[in-house]
Amino acid sequence: MSPAISETISTKIWDEKAEPDNPFAAASCHCSGFDVYGDLLNNASYIDYLYLLFKLDPPNQNQSKILEALAIALANLGPRDHAVRAAMNAGVGGSTHASALIAALSVGAGNLGGAREVFYGIEYWQTCGREMDKWHNLIASPPKQARLDVWLPMEHTPGFDPNGVTCPTPVIQTLECLADIDTADHLKWLRDNRTTLESKVGYPLAFSGLAAAAFYQLDFQPEQAEMLFMLLRLPGAAVHALEQEKLGWRKYPFFTKGFKVTE
Amino acid sequence: MPHHSKLEKYEDNWQTSMGGLLPDGNVLLRGENIFTDLSEDRWMEFLLFAVTGRKDAGLARLIEAIWIICTSYPDPRIWNNRVAALAGTTRSTGVLATAGALAVTEAMIYGARAILGASDFLYRLENRLNENVCLDEIVLGELKQFRNVFGFGRPVLAEDERVKPMMEFAQSRGYGQGKYIKLVFEVDEFFKQSRYKYRVNIAAVTGGLLADEGVKPREFYDMTTLAFTGGYMPCYADAVNKPEGALFPMRTDHIQFNGAAKQRKWNEIFGMG
Repeated sequence: MSPAISETISTKIWDEKAEPDNPFAAASCHCSGFDVYGDLLNNASYIDYLYLLFKLDPPNQNQSKILEALAIALANLGPRDHAVRAAMNAGVGGSTHASALIAALSVGAGNLGGAREVFYGIEYWQTCGREMDKWHNLIASPPKQARLDVWLPMEHTPGFDPNGVTCPTPVIQTLECLADIDTADHLKWLRDNRTTLESKVGYPLAFSGLAAAAFYQLDFQPEQAEMLFMLLRLPGAAVHALEQEKLGWRKYPFFTKGFKVTE
Repeated sequence: MPHHSKLEKYEDNWQTSMGGLLPDGNVLLRGENIFTDLSEDRWMEFLLFAVTGRKDAGLARLIEAIWIICTSYPDPRIWNNRVAALAGTTRSTGVLATAGALAVTEAMIYGARAILGASDFLYRLENRLNENVCLDEIVLGELKQFRNVFGFGRPVLAEDERVKPMMEFAQSRGYGQGKYIKLVFEVDEFFKQSRYKYRVNIAAVTGGLLADEGVKPREFYDMTTLAFTGGYMPCYADAVNKPEGALFPMRTDHIQFNGAAKQRKWNEIFGMG
């Protein structure tokens, strides 16, 4: 007997119909009107489905290309990336595999090269768009927190690497690739104005800034971009953690000589 | 001439006065030996020293009471606890249950963000009062700017049942008479007399009690990081001891779809249907 259900989950994303013999199992699942297992499974690409989940409408061809290229660029930022390093620390110690991803998310969420930086990066785009004067003003007078937050204040211009020297080649290669996609006007503008922005900021564009531009191009809200930036970087964290798990802690830096306690 | 990153000077070079394992086998924390100087400490005294550098057994006991009275209901309906309970019902590990619940505790409507926010509000309130701005104006300005006042208002229940036992404990130990805790109840009185339904919650009370002991907002936040863990584990254990998947199971009717009503076909969208 079905109890009266007074508390429900409201969603615009997902609808289900139950199996005739089990109200706790879905016979069909629809994502924003599309039959996931009867239609999308056979016809949509993973990237398109990802876009649909966030935006509730399918991407057009150019949007799909942008997200696809961004997903490849971000999938693995390599074993020096802070988030990937976090995951490898789980690997070498024999921690649970979930902990490797949790570690990568915790570290990769932050203000330096992390998802929070992308969040702020989108806000910069929302404020400035493609108007260089506005960028100059915002870079010169960045917003200040009106009250304390669990997020520490930004210590650098979001989207740029305060420890960088010149813009790294992979960032430029990715920007070139994205800017070549038709209708990617914001990305074309960033390509054409990158060095001007960098000279104003004082340090080079980073992957976080490039990702913010791409997500803004796709009309993602800051919080959507923040989530997706974390999600898209998890593959690298996973595989490097697994690799280091096999190799063990003896083959992983402990910084034996680099640590000094001063009294 | 190539430029070089400012990171070079930190390469394989981390110097710290916070402490660590020494080559002679001793371990220091803020200059004190964990094996000899700190081994008799209560855990909360140790944590207070680690976070703030302060040694204050009375304050540590007050904070311990905050943890017990205010943060660790074994109730799986509370959102962070529910994460732990869900981990139990899916037979995940206890540490993963705790890690997930802990991260979720950094929430706006309760937990770490509310605690940090309430403490920050009280310090800002005090500063503004010292500038001769009146309390009503400050509180209303806070509401106008942020649409909430951390430390006031509570989800689910109107009044916070923890305020009375917490204040009773604090007063039994000689706390609870300072300017910040008095401000907390002055703001509560303002809300009581206003059209707003906010009432004081435990974040403001604990923030006020600790502000009176000189604990700054970020120190309070850091000290609170693990405070809610006492609620996670009973919820996890309870769920582990019940059948798999038994925690508030949901039939498909629990999903209230209110999105695009029309069903669509992917290939029709892309002109291939």
